Amino acid sequence: MELNLDWSLLTPEYILAGGAGMVVLLDLFWGRLRKDQLAYVAAAVALASALTALIWVNDDTNFANLIDIDNYTALFRVFFGLIGVFACLASARFVKDRLLHAGEYYGLILLSVLGANLMAAASELLTAYISLELLSFSLYVLTSYAKFDLRSNEGGLKYMLLGAFSSAIFLYGIGMIYGVSGSTRFSEIAASLSGDTAGFDMAMFLGLVLIIAGLGFKVAAVPFHMWTPDAYEGAPLPITALISALGKAAGFALFLKLFGQAFIPLVDDWRVFIAVLSAMTMALGNLVAIQQRNIKRLLAYSSIGQVGFLMMGIAALTPENADAASALVLHLVGYVISNLAVFVAIIIYYNWTGKEEISDFAGAAERAPYLALALSIGFFSLSGMPLFAGFATKFILFQAAAEQGLLWLSSIAVFFSFVSLYYYLIVIKEMYLGKPAEPTRFPTPWLEYGALTLLVAGVFLIGLYPQPVFDIVEEGAVAMMAVAEAAGTVTAPP
Amino acid sequence: MDWVLFALIAIPVGAVLVFMLIPSRYPQLVRNVAVVSGFAMFVLSVLVFVKYEFGGGSGLRFDLQLDWLENVAFLGENGITYHLAVDGISAPMVLLTGIVIFAGVFISWNIDYRNKDYFVLLFLLVSGVFGVFLSLDLFFLFFFYEVAVLPMYLLIAVWGASSHFGTFTRTKEYAAMKLVLYLVGGSVLIFIGIIATFMEAGQGTFDLPVLGAVTYDENFQKAVFPLFALGFGILAGLWPFHTWSPDGHVAAPTAVSMLHAGVLMKLGAFGILRVAITLFPEGAEFWAPVLMTLGVTGALYGAVSAMAQRDLKYMVGYSSVSHMGFVLMGLATLTTIGVNGAVLQMFAHGVMTALMFAMVGAVYDQAHVRDMTLFGGLAQKTPRLAAFFAIAGLSSLGLPGLAGFVAEFHIFVGTFRAGYEWAGVLGILAAAITATYILRMLAMAFFGPFNERWAGLKEMRLGEQFGGALLIVFIVFMGVWPAPFIDRISESVEFILRV
Repeated sequence: MELNLDWSLLTPEYILAGGAGMVVLLDLFWGRLRKDQLAYVAAAVALASALTALIWVNDDTNFANLIDIDNYTALFRVFFGLIGVFACLASARFVKDRLLHAGEYYGLILLSVLGANLMAAASELLTAYISLELLSFSLYVLTSYAKFDLRSNEGGLKYMLLGAFSSAIFLYGIGMIYGVSGSTRFSEIAASLSGDTAGFDMAMFLGLVLIIAGLGFKVAAVPFHMWTPDAYEGAPLPITALISALGKAAGFALFLKLFGQAFIPLVDDWRVFIAVLSAMTMALGNLVAIQQRNIKRLLAYSSIGQVGFLMMGIAALTPENADAASALVLHLVGYVISNLAVFVAIIIYYNWTGKEEISDFAGAAERAPYLALALSIGFFSLSGMPLFAGFATKFILFQAAAEQGLLWLSSIAVFFSFVSLYYYLIVIKEMYLGKPAEPTRFPTPWLEYGALTLLVAGVFLIGLYPQPVFDIVEEGAVAMMAVAEAAGTVTAPP
Repeated sequence: MDWVLFALIAIPVGAVLVFMLIPSRYPQLVRNVAVVSGFAMFVLSVLVFVKYEFGGGSGLRFDLQLDWLENVAFLGENGITYHLAVDGISAPMVLLTGIVIFAGVFISWNIDYRNKDYFVLLFLLVSGVFGVFLSLDLFFLFFFYEVAVLPMYLLIAVWGASSHFGTFTRTKEYAAMKLVLYLVGGSVLIFIGIIATFMEAGQGTFDLPVLGAVTYDENFQKAVFPLFALGFGILAGLWPFHTWSPDGHVAAPTAVSMLHAGVLMKLGAFGILRVAITLFPEGAEFWAPVLMTLGVTGALYGAVSAMAQRDLKYMVGYSSVSHMGFVLMGLATLTTIGVNGAVLQMFAHGVMTALMFAMVGAVYDQAHVRDMTLFGGLAQKTPRLAAFFAIAGLSSLGLPGLAGFVAEFHIFVGTFRAGYEWAGVLGILAAAITATYILRMLAMAFFGPFNERWAGLKEMRLGEQFGGALLIVFIVFMGVWPAPFIDRISESVEFILRV
């Protein structure tokens, strides 16, 4: 088989890797450069990679049978690049005030974006594994970046140990799958699974379970979620944002691709399994979140709950169409934007006060009305309230799940969305009803407020008129699902 | 004319944006904008009511349909559309909303604490209310339903008031959270119902006329009807899920109580009629006895509870539960006259309860207490306030010539005709209890010997008088000439009940 070795296909990744190196060197050799200026450089690099990725929109090729360059890849390259931009901008002031070694910090953020890009683009298991590790290692280091903070070290260590453990499980699963199917390429796995000889195979099943467990760790699905609260709480705030946005989005990009391409022929075997995990995840995340007093831990558990919703999209996958895949990606985009809005707002608040208990938000509405409003909008969007992204995307996602006979799961999901409203309201209540510690207004951080405004605008756009975003997302999902179809495993819909 | 429907939702939303742009140091400007947009909504809602054309059929008028989301995933060509129209039932409801918000703006005149934020939330709520009454697409109906519920939390928690009962305190935060959790909890059931209905219909659309043309399997109807009836019923104060309502209404600021008891609770009854009864007639028939029982229980229970209250506002709150029980009774009859009565009662109760809350608010603003036993002979100091309160009360107890009588008469006739004699008797008993507690309250607080403690009490503000007078005009109008209402309502009710 002839390999396509067109190296130019990976330009966005070169930009990220080169940019990462450049940021580190700039920090090293240009002493007069302020730390926050490094953030702008890194943001520009991430933006450049996102824009470059646009060149391959509507392209359909691959690099050396390892990396797909299609609309799915293009979609996530742009998406991850933009997450990188916001992560860098949100870090600017935080890093300047509170962290050492800004160069490596931003370099690692760019590398994590690079890993995420390749996770979405990988078309075979080993590439996927290596890119997953690139992302994970960057995040381990970043989590423990606040060197003199005990919690940061603890969180980082815990994250790394459990992460390494889960990587091993994942790798073992890859071995099993390879042993059964004789290939690591997604399309060939699918073909071997749907051949005439294919039947229920214990080794295959074990491999599948191991892969679900490994990925479950990475995206923090119950019962593999234990690292999340500590890592979220310990990590510097912008890194918490990065884990919950980029880590989760990349995890699901890979999760979706694996199950939408490689394992889709076995969908009837794993659907209930994923559905039950999804129900457990949303139940635990949302219920435990109620009791949290620390905003980071609250968001950690709420993000676990959100993973439950996202997993519905996997459970709803079907070989017949790309409905569930597009619904999942749409919800992922909506979730990440809302979540970033929440985190950017919390980072701004933390920059002012250095406090992160929910009770510290008392009276925020009087000291910073715009911030409180944006934070409330983000929370309402996360809990799926109308006007905001969460409502539209959840509606579509729940409907897609119900279409595949998972009405029970949709009902549970609706119920837990409702539960999530309760704990978000507790924070909102603090902000609007609590008495502020001091009556003075906070100074306006224009750059951060600008980033926040963009995110809030995105929340409203998806919430009020999702059609354009849906069209883009659907292109990606269709391209992704088309691979399984081309492999002859799936019959095209009539 | 379909621009009117668009404008009815666009005006409050536009006003919200304008409020946000006004710096908070210009509170008077905020009030002026609120009055202008409130007046515009009032005029347009009157226009919708007056210009409603009779012509049978589905009764849908001013149809406006805009694409929103289509050809994606499971949705067909007409997937989700922004589909607005009025029928004979929503026309009076739109009118009611227009009246109450216009009056509510005047009642809110002296809110000084962050009045800009207050009006932002109030108008957001109103846009949701108009949206529910006008939407013909299940997705948007649900969308606006949630928009109407959400601002309540902050409106009550920030601008509300806690009630002290000596031994314990009902805080406004508690009331706000309880209200939101109950209502959003109800919407969980609605959401599940919507998804199930969409799939069962298999039309790839959420458009209500399309969904209404489908005949659903009888067992499916029986299974899904309670989801909608209970989900919407919670907002309509369905017993035993009514407990959020007295607490929420008492804790809310005056204009919000007016809107909430006057209009928002009607969204629940409207939803039952528009979605549950329209789409699932067989399910409705199956569940009607249960709905009737709960409705009667609510009517009696609310009336008896109101009897026991000394707090004026709690009395009005429980009387709302009682009157919404009548509405549910009317719906459960599934006869033209009974359902007509239910819709009439929705309108009648809307204006009179708004008036009552406005008057309670006017008393409380000056007296800072609401215990009726502490008052006495207030009519000597505040004759207009007493008169307004008396009119609202008399309408509430069903005095002929006022709105409440027309509505309750229809409901009771419908109840007897549908074969629920026992329920009719109990309903009339509840109306009798209503008369008792209203008259007792009037006697205690407004008439009788004057309590010198209130010598400093002044008449209502001009804005309150205007708002009250506006509501009274419609109470009397409907009481003496109900034909315009009945004609519009019965046309659509007959269509829904397939008479």
